[in-house]
Amino acid sequence: MTPEALTEVEMITVVIDGFEVTVPKGTLVIRAAEKLGIQIPRFCDHPLLSPAGACRQCLVDIEINGRAFPKPQASCTIPVENGMIVKTQLTSPVAEKAQKGIMELLLINHPLDCPVCDKGGECPLQNQAMSNGQGVSRYEGVKRTYEKPVAISSQVLLDRERCVLCARCTRFSEEIAGDPFITLNERGALQQVGIYEKDPFQSYYSGNTVQICPVGALTGASYRFRARPFDLISVDSACEHCASGCAMRTDIRRGKTLRRLAGDDALVNQEWNCDKGRWAFKYLTSRERVAAPMVRGEDGELHETSWPEAIAAVVAGLAGKRAGVLVGGRVTREDAYGYSKFARVALKTNDIDFRARAHSVEEAEFLSSTAISLHTNYLDIDKADQVYLVDFEPEEESPIVFLRIYKQVRKRGISVSTNAPIISSGNHKLKAVRADISSVQLTEKSVILVGERAAETAGTLSAAKALAEKSGAKLAWISRRAGERAALEMGVIGNLLPGGRPVSDAAARVDMATAWGVKDLPTTAGRDTTGILKALSTDKSLGAVIVGGVDPMDISSDALTSLLDSFVVSLEISHSAVTAIADVVLPVAAVVEKRGTFVDWTGKPRSFDKAIADALTRSDVRILSMIADAMGAPINLPTVSATQREIESLGVWDGARASFTLVASSATPTVSGSEAMLYSYRQLLDLGALQMGEENLAGTARASVARISAARATALGVVDGDSVKISSQTGSVTLPVLISEIADEFIWAPRNSVDSQLIPTLGITHGSVTVVKA
Amino acid sequence: MTPTTKLMPVLSATWDQDDSFTLEGYTRNKGYAALKKALKMQPDEVIQLIKDSGLRGRGGAGFPTGNKWGFIPQGDGKEHYLVVNADESEPGTCKDVPLMMANPHVLVEGVIIASYAIRANHAFIYVRGEVVHVVRRLQQAIEDAYKAGHLGKNIGGSGFDLELTLHVGAGAYICGEETALLDSLEGFRGQPRLRPPFPAIAGLYAKPTVVNNVESIASVPAIVANGAEWFSSMGTEKSKGVTLYSLSGHVTHPGQFEAPLGITLRELLEMAGGVRAGHQLKFWTPGGSSTPIFTAEHLDVPLDYEGVSAAGSMLGTKALQIFDETTCIVRAALRWSEFYKHESCGKCTPCREGTWWLVQMLKDLEAGKGTEADLEKLLDVCDNIAGRSFCALADGAVAPIISSLKHFRSEYIAHQTNGGCPFDPVASTIFEKASL
Repeated sequence: MTPEALTEVEMITVVIDGFEVTVPKGTLVIRAAEKLGIQIPRFCDHPLLSPAGACRQCLVDIEINGRAFPKPQASCTIPVENGMIVKTQLTSPVAEKAQKGIMELLLINHPLDCPVCDKGGECPLQNQAMSNGQGVSRYEGVKRTYEKPVAISSQVLLDRERCVLCARCTRFSEEIAGDPFITLNERGALQQVGIYEKDPFQSYYSGNTVQICPVGALTGASYRFRARPFDLISVDSACEHCASGCAMRTDIRRGKTLRRLAGDDALVNQEWNCDKGRWAFKYLTSRERVAAPMVRGEDGELHETSWPEAIAAVVAGLAGKRAGVLVGGRVTREDAYGYSKFARVALKTNDIDFRARAHSVEEAEFLSSTAISLHTNYLDIDKADQVYLVDFEPEEESPIVFLRIYKQVRKRGISVSTNAPIISSGNHKLKAVRADISSVQLTEKSVILVGERAAETAGTLSAAKALAEKSGAKLAWISRRAGERAALEMGVIGNLLPGGRPVSDAAARVDMATAWGVKDLPTTAGRDTTGILKALSTDKSLGAVIVGGVDPMDISSDALTSLLDSFVVSLEISHSAVTAIADVVLPVAAVVEKRGTFVDWTGKPRSFDKAIADALTRSDVRILSMIADAMGAPINLPTVSATQREIESLGVWDGARASFTLVASSATPTVSGSEAMLYSYRQLLDLGALQMGEENLAGTARASVARISAARATALGVVDGDSVKISSQTGSVTLPVLISEIADEFIWAPRNSVDSQLIPTLGITHGSVTVVKA
Repeated sequence: MTPTTKLMPVLSATWDQDDSFTLEGYTRNKGYAALKKALKMQPDEVIQLIKDSGLRGRGGAGFPTGNKWGFIPQGDGKEHYLVVNADESEPGTCKDVPLMMANPHVLVEGVIIASYAIRANHAFIYVRGEVVHVVRRLQQAIEDAYKAGHLGKNIGGSGFDLELTLHVGAGAYICGEETALLDSLEGFRGQPRLRPPFPAIAGLYAKPTVVNNVESIASVPAIVANGAEWFSSMGTEKSKGVTLYSLSGHVTHPGQFEAPLGITLRELLEMAGGVRAGHQLKFWTPGGSSTPIFTAEHLDVPLDYEGVSAAGSMLGTKALQIFDETTCIVRAALRWSEFYKHESCGKCTPCREGTWWLVQMLKDLEAGKGTEADLEKLLDVCDNIAGRSFCALADGAVAPIISSLKHFRSEYIAHQTNGGCPFDPVASTIFEKASL
């Protein structure tokens, strides 16, 4: 809370167990007690959910100005009042007995299966039964039993007999995620959590219910029976999946990642994360991991070799060739810095780009002139009167941003609008409406969230910037991948050096050359990803390329072909399309195996330590430093820590920003007949490489459909469930139809989902296609 | 002994007429005259009138009805609602159902006057789903009232509009709890809501709402017609007016007895022909199964809110269930407990788990498997349930157990020494043994 906010709130002083505590008006008694370090036992209470008062475990004695409540009150539902005197179990025998009584009642139907329960060892019921229970049960009857477990989705299992019916999961789903797909049904002792008859718990946030379940009633299918909490080593970490910036906790046992949980960061993800962040980590232990350096031999096959030999092969391959650097958007800040410095110092080029996706010159200028200095953040959403989404689907592309907007839609009824031609299911929950970028009315309290897909349509980024300037609204740029902001800040782009220093600025170049101890730096701005690929394939002005974690299919259907004639060095964690054609493959550390920093969309860094302390894999920056040493052009970044120190010492550029030449929007092409404009984005759960191997997670991905308007459906003569064929010049996909809130001239299909991989089939992700009934 | 308090039929005055339930019959008996009178008054005057009359809620809690109406914030620009709680489901309670059967229009008229007073343009009657005959009768009455211009737009040329919706519940005792009723009426599962906010501030659809019992609302037309003073002149100091007492069980002439508040069971039994022939009173409930039981020593307790409370129970719904000496107290407590277990909504721990456990303990006790220590355990578990639950349902669930142990502890022990229930269950029924 900011100091100004504190002065606005009336403060209330209450006495709890004889101690005075002063808290803001509206604070619940249970929270006020926490401030004193007094732990009142609880199950249904959760600070981020609305009070339920259901479990009754937190009963305390309360009197106000000398008038005592006749019976103990649930401290999770009662706000503090002046003159209130609270006696908890520590000072009131009545409260103590009430709590012990409730605990006994909670346990009469609870199975004592703690030894085989996932929650055993980290279970609020187990813990509080010890601290606030009476040790022995007087219950001699028959316990309630149910069939177990019930899969309420492919990834969440329910053991009903363990459930204490606190309604945390159902309240979370309704209040936080906006996905009321689970509910309590039946009544009395048979009350139970359930799904609707035919609809599983298909929420992107379902894993949070497992985390906040105070007993072992909800368990994750992938973790169930895998470990005991006391055998795990928990390490604070950061999520590598998107730019939301979640704090995470990674649980390791004997060098293996067994579980990942949402970490706490009140300003960012609060206590939540998405299911991808929670469960997509099988790639870490995949059989496809590259185990050792590999060099392609005379026989055309890759052969495992030693690090010195592999490094020597890289140096030999690079000798006499001009090389570019393609870096995926998933690098840490330290690795990004390594690539940036390596390109400039060792390869003496600005031909480096982190954008393994659709991109443009307009975008490069927008990023280096504008996005790099944006610090719009979650608090701005908390205060916004309106959120305008520009080519950005929060629930699919940055799910924690979605939760924050949803919170304000629910709490304050803020309005949300989007330039998309479609109201997606996520945006439907935000009650979003469509509004053209040229006509939307914003105020200085509004927030404009621009997604990376804005680069796909010329003029959009220019228009967004102009809109922000005209309205005074706060602007933010949100990439889909976790590493793009850091890559931008570290100069993994042709027109910037680290710290936002423009390549075109001589003083900036001198600055960096001095810091790096080199005579000079290349003066011309580097080529972008498209330019580098063209230089490798068409004009052969580049003869080699360093590729760090790029899937060429994310760029274009022929990107991989562009690499075929060059010397390719691949830094990868797993075998991929690039390793298949690379001359040298160097295994790098995955996120849990290294130290590093992710920078989220707000520009906030989150550093993390090695989760697997004895991992032998090396971070990209260390490998690049080894190569540079061998090339005789050292970059002196032997460790991540050294890299962090060097980044710190550089500071950020305080001179003029790179320039941005505004681009006019092109007119939307008109379509007629069977033509349609294709609109697509990636769904949160899809065929993304980092989700590989996690079938339970994949089971909750949204089914691939083609969304069309009712008018188009009528014109095509199709109803929901009928198939349509979407064709471009290069290919087609056939998908079942779902009639949706979408402009008549558009059709939507998922970009990289089962049966709908648009780049390899259609060759395009947006633009004109033909649609016919299949 | 001659009764000192006489019957005073007001609500039930016309029940013996063949057509009491029709609009024609009701109008003949000066029905809807009070409405005319009320519509000429200011709404606040109507509220004041009800306050002055001393009418208290007849649903059990006895909260002053006029005060409840006065809590509705006026001039707030929001819609207001009146909701009539006709979800009569408590074992023993049987006053609203006969009232609505015999005279549905008095309820409709009361609804209109009350809505006018609190400035509600939409009222609801939430009626228990099982009583289909009542539902049909109410539907007809409402339809007739619409046709007669008592409902709808510009009622009686007053400019006051009112829509009345009849909603049929799905058979859950908990929906008699006013906030659970509101949730159910909104289409959710019937479970009580957290208070505050109270319904007067955020009730149905989060709008200011008055929830009143059928009998409370049905009492309004007579008060408007005859004046506050007429009403408050009856009854006792703090419990004004007349009310329906429902006698059931082992009584010669069971039924509704309308009398001023403060009458005693001795007087009522007198009128009802006494306990069934050849038997003596053993125990009775003053206000339905959720009120602690009384015995013969309480025959002269004045049956008003204060009198019953002072004697350790609650007036409740004035459902006087009479049990004679053939009745096994353990069996009675078990039956009631089974009801509460079945009706617990499941929201809170003590009620959900507690009623489940109580039934098991009582079954063991009835089967003679209990010991003295088990009685202490039973009482202690009751103590852990009473006053610990989200709503009052669980308090009602333990009331018969605690009070039965208080009065008939030895009978519980007798089950153990006897190795089972010492009573003949058939003896307590009205059937002949041979017919079973």
